[in-house]
Amino acid sequence: MWDYTQNVMDHFMNPRNVGFIEDADGVGEVGSLACGDALTLTFRLDGQGRIADVKFKTFGCASAVASSSVLTEMVRGMTLEEAAKITNQDIVSRLGGLPDQKMHCSVMGQEALEAAINDYYKRKKGMAPTQPRGNIVCTCFGVTDLEIKKVVHENDLTTVEEVTNYCKAGGGCGGCHGRIAELIEEVQGEKVRTEAEKKPIRPVRLTNIQKIQLVQQTINEQIRPALRADGGDIELIDVEGNTVLVALRGMCAQCRLAEFTMKDVVQARLREFVSDDLIVEEQKDTPGASEA
Amino acid sequence: MDSVIYMDNNATTRVADEVVQEMLPYLTEKYGNPSSMHTFGGQVGKKIAEARQRVATLLGCHPEEILFTSCGTESDNTAIKGTLASYPNKRKVVTTRVEHPAVLTTCRDLERHGYSISEIGVDRAGRLDLDELGFRLDDNTAIASVMWANNETGTIFPIDQIAEIVKGRGIVFHTDAVQAVGKIPLNLRESHIDLLSLAGHKLHAPKGVGVLYVRKGTRLSTFMHGGHQEGGKRGGTENVPGIIALGKACELAQQHLEEENTRVRALRDRLQKKILAGCPDCMINGDTRDRLPNTLNVSFEYIEGEAILLMLNKFGICASSGSACTSGALEPSHVLRAMGVPFTAAHGSIRFSLSRYNTQEEVDFVADKLPGVVHRLRELSPFVAT
Ligand SMILES: Cc1ncc(COP(=O)(O)O)c(C=O)c1O
Ligand code: FES
Repeated sequence: MWDYTQNVMDHFMNPRNVGFIEDADGVGEVGSLACGDALTLTFRLDGQGRIADVKFKTFGCASAVASSSVLTEMVRGMTLEEAAKITNQDIVSRLGGLPDQKMHCSVMGQEALEAAINDYYKRKKGMAPTQPRGNIVCTCFGVTDLEIKKVVHENDLTTVEEVTNYCKAGGGCGGCHGRIAELIEEVQGEKVRTEAEKKPIRPVRLTNIQKIQLVQQTINEQIRPALRADGGDIELIDVEGNTVLVALRGMCAQCRLAEFTMKDVVQARLREFVSDDLIVEEQKDTPGASEA
Repeated sequence: MDSVIYMDNNATTRVADEVVQEMLPYLTEKYGNPSSMHTFGGQVGKKIAEARQRVATLLGCHPEEILFTSCGTESDNTAIKGTLASYPNKRKVVTTRVEHPAVLTTCRDLERHGYSISEIGVDRAGRLDLDELGFRLDDNTAIASVMWANNETGTIFPIDQIAEIVKGRGIVFHTDAVQAVGKIPLNLRESHIDLLSLAGHKLHAPKGVGVLYVRKGTRLSTFMHGGHQEGGKRGGTENVPGIIALGKACELAQQHLEEENTRVRALRDRLQKKILAGCPDCMINGDTRDRLPNTLNVSFEYIEGEAILLMLNKFGICASSGSACTSGALEPSHVLRAMGVPFTAAHGSIRFSLSRYNTQEEVDFVADKLPGVVHRLRELSPFVAT
């Protein structure tokens, strides 16, 4: 017997927002009778573009019903942009957890929402967001490479078995296991690489020279590209103890939010990459800064 | 839970009070080892001999042909692997697509080790294709293993006829009779069965004890090496209380066989009739003419089995489902799929399995609650227009 949380059982026994909105602005349908679970989600927007009404119909087990039900509660009142950000993990947390083998129920909920939002854009704006569906990897359950990569990425999955739990791919004949393993490798490999780039291993203790070098390196590689993208620039003036003196140029220097940019971006970044106790200060006597 | 309506007897059964009484002293004061040379242990040995006789009486065989094991699964494994080990030149097993995993996964594992496996198919009612069976048996076949009655649908195979076909080809025949023993009459003396498995907990004995019947003269390699217990075929100090309990349970089964096939059958038929009348879009799975008297497998279209079970659970009703979701598997029951039951119906299949402890009030209660549950879930289903 499954160990369902009280929340799951509550949403199963007393599902919220059951039904079908006839004049819906968006309709999302995922799953099928053959697969054992299917969900139809419909919503209507109010004048401000917020979800005013949302209803679901689900064929499936308790966790499928509960995932759908809790999802309707979550999205009510949201704009479509906000709703589009909901992940299957958000659904799982709202339910207080799901058994591993039932994770695909939360993924189905998220997919139905996505389908309904896409449907809205297609109808109302006459444009289908060109969302590539990818190529079918698992023919047994009709799951594409993009869908697999998505669940792997969002839920940090590392084994084929986990992928099966989350999106069913691999749960039939098993013919696709090799390809799924490759996709996991692709996604996790990318993650490891980007994380390695993002997070150089911080030495425990830094000599002064090392610290200055590391600060300079971090500014060059992590901070300056971002500021330049916004039309600004940054220059390292000095490092005294834990105080880093920098000069901001261009957009940033004139911007009223310069303080904010300084504190939040530069200092946070330097603390992340160099040392937790760094304090960033701006050299104010640069030309232009005093005019503000 | 205060009141439970237990209709999941193909999963396991309540231990009969008489059985508990019988085994109790062997858990307390009579704890001797039956192999010991003193009367304290010897009295236990006598009791085991009595149990062996009781099992043999129910099966219609000799007590020496009864080998005690720990469960049905062990009996199945022993039968198949023990036979293969004693026929090293034969590399093939013939079985069916609807066997319990105790047989099916054992065979599929053997396949990975170089054996060839033939799985015979069934028709829409779950009946075995006997022509295909005859066709698959060849000189390379060491053993054919065909279940007596199916645990999910209750469909009974014509085992005597099948045994005759298999033995006619000089091949060892095993049957998994875990669901048949105690529910339908059997007489091994008049059959061609070489090996038969049963499990105590399916006939009101406790869990942890099973039997492998081995016809005299059947070649079977030792499965568990150890002491001289069970004629040296299965070493290990006996599960004394379990074996004694099983002996008693077999005696009771003999006494209740008539009731099982009259009163329990009538209850099952009543439940079936009421469900078919009370719920639209449902259908019976299995062979309604040749079926265990206690089993009812019914599919409710457009809704999912686990959801039905959880709602029944709220009323204290215990049943089971062949739906994918209940097991954590992603596909519904291999038995229903082998029968070609559409996925739509397989996902919504529920098995009620009764026993002599069920009453008409219970049957009526279930039949009364079920339509409401089905209706509620159909209101949720996108496949039903409301
Ligand atoms: C037909 C059949 N064979 C084998 C078994 C396995 O028995 P046990 O659980 O005692 O190992 C079962 C039990 O579910 C069964 O129904
Ligand atoms: S193709 Fe993926 S399990 Fe069969």
